Amino acid sequence: MSRFEIIKREDFSDVTYLLEILHPMMAKVARPGQFVIVMLHEHGERIPLTIADFDRNAGTITLVIQAVGKTTKEMQRACRVGTGLYAMVGPMGIPSPISHAKKVVCVGGGLGVAPVYPQARAFKEAGAYVIGVLGFRNKSLIFWEDKFRACCDEFIVCTDDGSAGIKGLVTEGIKQAIAMHSDIDEVVAIGPPIMMKGCAEATRPHQIKTMVSLNPLMVDGTGMCGGCRVKLGDKVKFACVDGPDFDGHLVDFDDLMTRLRRYTKEERMSLDHWEKNCRMQKQIEAASALPASPAPASKVKR
Amino acid sequence: MAKKRTIRTIPQERTPMREQDPQARAKNFEEVACGYSIEDALRESERCMLCPDEPCIAGCPVGIDIPGFIQKLGEKDFRGAYDILTDTNLLPSICGRVCPQETQCEGVCTVGDSLEPVAIGRLERFVGDTAIKEGWVNIPYIEPTRFRVGIVGSGPAGMACAADMAKAGCDVTVYEAFHQPGGVLRYGIPDFRLPNEVIDAEINNLRKLGVKFECNTLVGRLFTIEQMIEEMGFHTVFVGVGAGYPTMLGIPGDSLNGVLSANELLTRCNLMRAKEFPNFDTPLPLGHRVAVVGAGNTAMDAMRVSKRLGAEKVYCIYRRSRKEAPARVEEVHHAEQEEIEFHWLTNPVAVLDDGKGSVRGMRCIRMELGEPDDSGRRRPVPIAGSEFDFETDLIVYAIGTNANPIMGQTSKLKLNKWGYIGADENLATSVAGVYAGGDIVTGAATVIEAMGAGRKAARSMKAYLGIRDSSLPYMAQDGNGAGSLFGIDLKERNFARVRVA
Ligand SMILES: Cc1cc2nc3c(=O)[nH]c(=O)nc-3n(C[C@H](O)[C@H](O)[C@H](O)COP(=O)(O)OP(=O)(O)OC[C@H]3O[C@@H](n4cnc5c(N)ncnc54)[C@H](O)[C@@H]3O)c2cc1C
Ligand SMILES: Cc1cc2nc3c(=O)[nH]c(=O)nc-3n(C[C@H](O)[C@H](O)[C@H](O)COP(=O)(O)OP(=O)(O)OC[C@H]3O[C@@H](n4cnc5c(N)ncnc54)[C@H](O)[C@@H]3O)c2cc1C
Ligand code: FES
Repeated sequence: MSRFEIIKREDFSDVTYLLEILHPMMAKVARPGQFVIVMLHEHGERIPLTIADFDRNAGTITLVIQAVGKTTKEMQRACRVGTGLYAMVGPMGIPSPISHAKKVVCVGGGLGVAPVYPQARAFKEAGAYVIGVLGFRNKSLIFWEDKFRACCDEFIVCTDDGSAGIKGLVTEGIKQAIAMHSDIDEVVAIGPPIMMKGCAEATRPHQIKTMVSLNPLMVDGTGMCGGCRVKLGDKVKFACVDGPDFDGHLVDFDDLMTRLRRYTKEERMSLDHWEKNCRMQKQIEAASALPASPAPASKVKR
Repeated sequence: MAKKRTIRTIPQERTPMREQDPQARAKNFEEVACGYSIEDALRESERCMLCPDEPCIAGCPVGIDIPGFIQKLGEKDFRGAYDILTDTNLLPSICGRVCPQETQCEGVCTVGDSLEPVAIGRLERFVGDTAIKEGWVNIPYIEPTRFRVGIVGSGPAGMACAADMAKAGCDVTVYEAFHQPGGVLRYGIPDFRLPNEVIDAEINNLRKLGVKFECNTLVGRLFTIEQMIEEMGFHTVFVGVGAGYPTMLGIPGDSLNGVLSANELLTRCNLMRAKEFPNFDTPLPLGHRVAVVGAGNTAMDAMRVSKRLGAEKVYCIYRRSRKEAPARVEEVHHAEQEEIEFHWLTNPVAVLDDGKGSVRGMRCIRMELGEPDDSGRRRPVPIAGSEFDFETDLIVYAIGTNANPIMGQTSKLKLNKWGYIGADENLATSVAGVYAGGDIVTGAATVIEAMGAGRKAARSMKAYLGIRDSSLPYMAQDGNGAGSLFGIDLKERNFARVRVA
């Protein structure tokens, strides 16, 4: 029924899940670094998600999502194989420039782990020596290790509690890589802004080119609202059409982090409202002793 | 026919249109202007003297036969009036509502020399709305040709071009990046000025003509313009992607939370329905004291939307005077009625920080009008030492837009020095078979001009394909008929037959 059918789902942990969505046309042209904007249903918000992988033959787009708020949690509940998204548009943004760097460090943390994968693979395919540095809170959250190992010449895992790999943040991993290799040409870092800021600071003294993928709030993703504007030195850029990749040494991360907090109160409200509806729905179902309805409360058709 | 009308015999007063009370309407999103009743429309139609020089036709960017449709209206032949209107204007319900009539048809109306001009826009709206209510559509019997036409962007330019190409028998597909079609009509202009049902009705009419709409399609990135021609089998393509890239002021404090473009505010509110948050998921920035910079239609919409969202105070900050404000006169008037506070001759110099990354206030400077500039308007110059601060928690920029970079980034289309798509007088671009029109060629303009451009491009595209249809007047351009054969443009090699079913 739906045009953007989900054909595979995998849960990496209780907050991180993967969706494969059928869109042969997009799968044919998607490139590393690009993203899509999706809407779960007609009443939904447009949320940007990086294309974590694509399969040109199967015609699928892979998204890896962290459930952090209303929309991502509702998707976690509602998105099943066979169901679909109301909207998905893309590929958006300028593809990551895969340079001719000989030795590259690809860093991913939190919701950045999956998005850095296509870049690591593309660098590998371009003949570079790729060092992967991934950060997780603990061992149980690690995913895609095999995929990364397959395209990385070296692979460093960092965990907050030391339950796997190095104990510490990904910046520790970067320092270790820099200490072992004096000839790193480029670092690509994707993750929460605070992590990307740390990475840019770690490489700045060594003057290693550092590309980051910015994730400001977006609405349209076509350069029409300016909500995604970011500060780069003294310039203002729209991340959705001028990016999302930028030179990490120029990005004003503090500005980005402040702007990401713009709607904290409303995001909370939205989540509470939804959770309340979910609870009510459950009670109604329990009261009428009907079998649980597969559709979530808010997915009413208009 | 009744005896000849003169300026003395026609009703002297312009028929007023019922409006929602300003106090009540400033709290809802219902339409402000309620439209004419049949009696209102008939009375107003009597004010047209059917004067021989018909200056209104020349004043209309698309040359609607205005006296013609008003005459039919006066004869209570509403269907006939609708047929005349839709000969040239596809979207009468929309244009009747949003055209700046005071600078177009009504601005040159003969009656307007001595009295208030005939309310042409309101009559146009009446006819359009009657058609929607009655479910009239003018669907001709169309003999299909083998041509496929691709349209990029579903704003008024794209819609107009799509309709003309469909009527010429082409297989037309419209691609739109958003999840709903309509362009600025949908995401920009608020419901209280242009209800969604009106846009839906007009789009449905296009669907009935056989036009296909493909939303969620970002042309340039999903496929390029060149691919449309070379791989996807489109014989000709029209690009009407609008000019939505908002300009920021570039003053200190621009990036603070609480500063946003009018496009963002309006898109969240109109397209994403954030006004119904949290039943819809998209949040809105709510302000208690909202300052909107600019005085065009976009600015008026942003102010009036803010008021309806519950702002206590809404200020308009504009560096020129009321006379220079580019908005439709009616919009300024409505905004004043809704208690928007206007600060003419005032220019922002800085946005003030509350120390936590949000807006606390704004610093402005007073201006005075100096010598006329290139646009003929008197240039505002700052009055030294007149800076002052005021409190505000939400600042909306409505100071204009630029070309969107995606087409330039992804195609070989030649752009002009401002980044707009370069097109010749027939709206042909630098790529063979690709035409462009609307805001993306001219810069931000009006709905009717965008529509006119879409139709003009359609004419060129038909010439390019070698087809013609009878719905368009093909006048000999040079006047002496040498360029035409029995009224048929010599450039037309062939034509599809169209007859009304
Ligand atoms: C270009 C781009 C690519 C992205 N790729 C991915 C991805 O591959 N996987 C993924 O899980 N997420 C990704 N994000 C972030 C994702 O869009 C947000 O997590 C999502 O919008 C949150 O929506 P929500 O309603 O669930 O949460 P909300 O209730 O809206 O927000 C909950 C929390 O998430 C934060 N948040 C909200 N929006 C964003 C945002 N745009 N970026 C970062 N944090 C945000 C808020 O500050 C808040 O603390 C990307 C964002 C951008 C701009
Ligand atoms: C708030 C506001 C109020 C206005 N009020 C009035 C008024 O009262 N009267 C009046 O006459 N004019 C008014 N205007 C101006 C008028 O709306 C525009 O001049 C007109 O809409 C331009 O039409 P267009 O077809 O060129 O572009 P648009 O209406 O901008 O439509 C372009 C469409 O193309 C889509 N698009 C862009 N890029 C791509 C892509 N790469 N692939 C696919 N689709 C794409 C966009 O999403 C959009 O839907 C107003 C404008 C605004 C913003
Ligand atoms: S998301 Fe609207 S301009 Fe980038």
